[in-house]
Amino acid sequence: MSDQAVDYHPVWTELGLDLAAHDALLRAVGELFGDAYLTQQNRPQGMDYLNFVMSEVHGLRIKELDDYRKSGGTVFGTFCLYVPEEIIRAAGGWCVGLCAGAEFAYDQVEQIMPRNTCALIKSFMGFKLAKVCPYIESADLVIGETTCDGKKKAYELLGDIHNVYVMELPQMKREQDLAMWRGEIRALMAKVEEVTGNTITAESLKASIKEVNDKRRALQRIAATRAADPAPISGKDALLATQVAFYDDVPRFTQMMNALADELEARVAAGEGVAPKGAKRVLVTGTPMALPNWKLHDIIEKAGAVVVGEEMCTGSRYYQDLVSEDASTLDAMVDDIAEKYLDINCACFTPNQGRLDDVVRMAKELGADGVIDYSLQFCGLYEMESNAVEKTVRDAGFPVLKITTDYSMEDVGQLATRVEAFLEIL
Amino acid sequence: MRVLGLDIGSRSVDAVWLQDGRIVDWEVADSGFDPGSVAAVFVDRGAHDAIVSTGYGRHGARERFGGTAVTEITAYGAGASVLFPDAASVLDIGGQDTKVISLGPSGKVIDFEMNDKCAAGTGKFLEVMARALGFTLGEMATAAMIAASGVAISSMCTVFAESEVTGLVHKGEDRARIARGLHESIAKRTLGSLKRVSARGPLVFAGGVAKNPAMVALIAEGFAGEVLVPVEAQIVGAFGAALSCPQDPAPRMT
Repeated sequence: MSDQAVDYHPVWTELGLDLAAHDALLRAVGELFGDAYLTQQNRPQGMDYLNFVMSEVHGLRIKELDDYRKSGGTVFGTFCLYVPEEIIRAAGGWCVGLCAGAEFAYDQVEQIMPRNTCALIKSFMGFKLAKVCPYIESADLVIGETTCDGKKKAYELLGDIHNVYVMELPQMKREQDLAMWRGEIRALMAKVEEVTGNTITAESLKASIKEVNDKRRALQRIAATRAADPAPISGKDALLATQVAFYDDVPRFTQMMNALADELEARVAAGEGVAPKGAKRVLVTGTPMALPNWKLHDIIEKAGAVVVGEEMCTGSRYYQDLVSEDASTLDAMVDDIAEKYLDINCACFTPNQGRLDDVVRMAKELGADGVIDYSLQFCGLYEMESNAVEKTVRDAGFPVLKITTDYSMEDVGQLATRVEAFLEIL
Repeated sequence: MRVLGLDIGSRSVDAVWLQDGRIVDWEVADSGFDPGSVAAVFVDRGAHDAIVSTGYGRHGARERFGGTAVTEITAYGAGASVLFPDAASVLDIGGQDTKVISLGPSGKVIDFEMNDKCAAGTGKFLEVMARALGFTLGEMATAAMIAASGVAISSMCTVFAESEVTGLVHKGEDRARIARGLHESIAKRTLGSLKRVSARGPLVFAGGVAKNPAMVALIAEGFAGEVLVPVEAQIVGAFGAALSCPQDPAPRMT
């Protein structure tokens, strides 16, 4: 753990953060983390790394980004899985996720966007307006995508105060959509090359495909161990690993996650777990849970159950598919990237049968006793799709609980009652 | 073994003492501003070997008094199915929550639905509306029963509905028709919930709002099946909690 000897205020000042507000935010996140994470029993030792990352989430990592930029590097901020990290890294750029997981400065946000906007969008805009996200302030360019109407329009608002580039994502997965998407990936390449001043070559892209796949493989190994009973890692810890994957240095993170996976595999072999064998097992599906949104996992696990999987963008959708490593020409690699990324099963696509199949498959593979479908309020896409998820999961023989919530804490008591009652009937 | 079942709700704290499955005593007290201390009075009687708590104060009670805790869903399911062995579903409208529960053959909870974070359509909602109309709760229910038809109330949010009611009063609308409209809108919403969990009859209607004859009549009218109201509808949760006591009264780790 950090001894907090390093003072990062000079870096934060240079980035233009509102220091008082930012200090208050860090205190709040620290308390939240302490209550949700550090109270857990039997955690794997490998989690020490993620504890350290969390203790330095706005510190050491921001310093690394700062040093990297001062040595000529370019940082790209992203909000979504559809922005291919391989392309950015092949041009020598770094990719970071942006803060969007806590309620902040909604009063300012509601001056420029409707109150009934989903928490994810309000949050990122709040962090930007209140100047408390060092990641967005470190980002030379934010790359957005048209995954929903709210984000699409929010990027216009963000564009007034930050450098933004938006990729257009198709809404269907037909041949003509793939063709359009290939064009979007190539347009992104041109943009990234222009911003970084570097050229993407077959060699550099091949290397970055391998590197990012390795990160996914490490997360896949962790995910696979969660099928064991007792589960060797809590859902909260596994969720944190995926959340941190968006921010951390890629090779270092991959190495540390492989070490964690080694430990988890040994735990499974030894029959060791975080919750007693036979604890109720829950699969969570739905909208992404951006750092530090641990609300639902915390409620489920404090009620004595264990979350064994996340079918979400901060979960299986992030790591379950790899980009093919077979291609040798630049063009073929770019096509492989386009194909892999269009395969992600976001609710912004119609139809989205792939997601329904994934939920049922995961529930079976992970030995879930029940499924919780999680939607952020005012996320029209996931709230709409919730009906199909409920029906499909029920037809497959799994009990299902639908939860619609936001980042506020006012409904925690009622959610706990619903989750506990759900666990009681499993 | 004598078990104390406590239902610590937003409006009342209910206690049931159960000896070998039979109610030997029960009490209902106002929650006030410190429900834990209200419950402590019942606990301090010392007339029990084990405690099971339910209601929104269940975790606090378990920490303070020991014993175990179950959710209101499980407690109402258990209580209703012992009172009425044929019960196939339960409706509980309490002070700030509405729950609909579908029961399996052995009284086991199969599915449930609970309102989200607001108090729409609950006891609290009725209290606020009665005040806006200048009625007591009892008067409002009577007025709703007498009115030939109700005024359509479109809002279910307590705050918005209160403005809507105030608006209707200012337009000179009949208070009794407004009262009926409010009850009808809650009944409609509740019947929708019952449909979503595939609730079948007989339906046990419990919780504080089951004491409201206008609500009972409207639910019975709209529900395709028998509706049963326990004599003491308010203590079904505490009764069910006591019934959920594990054989071994030692604290269970959850």
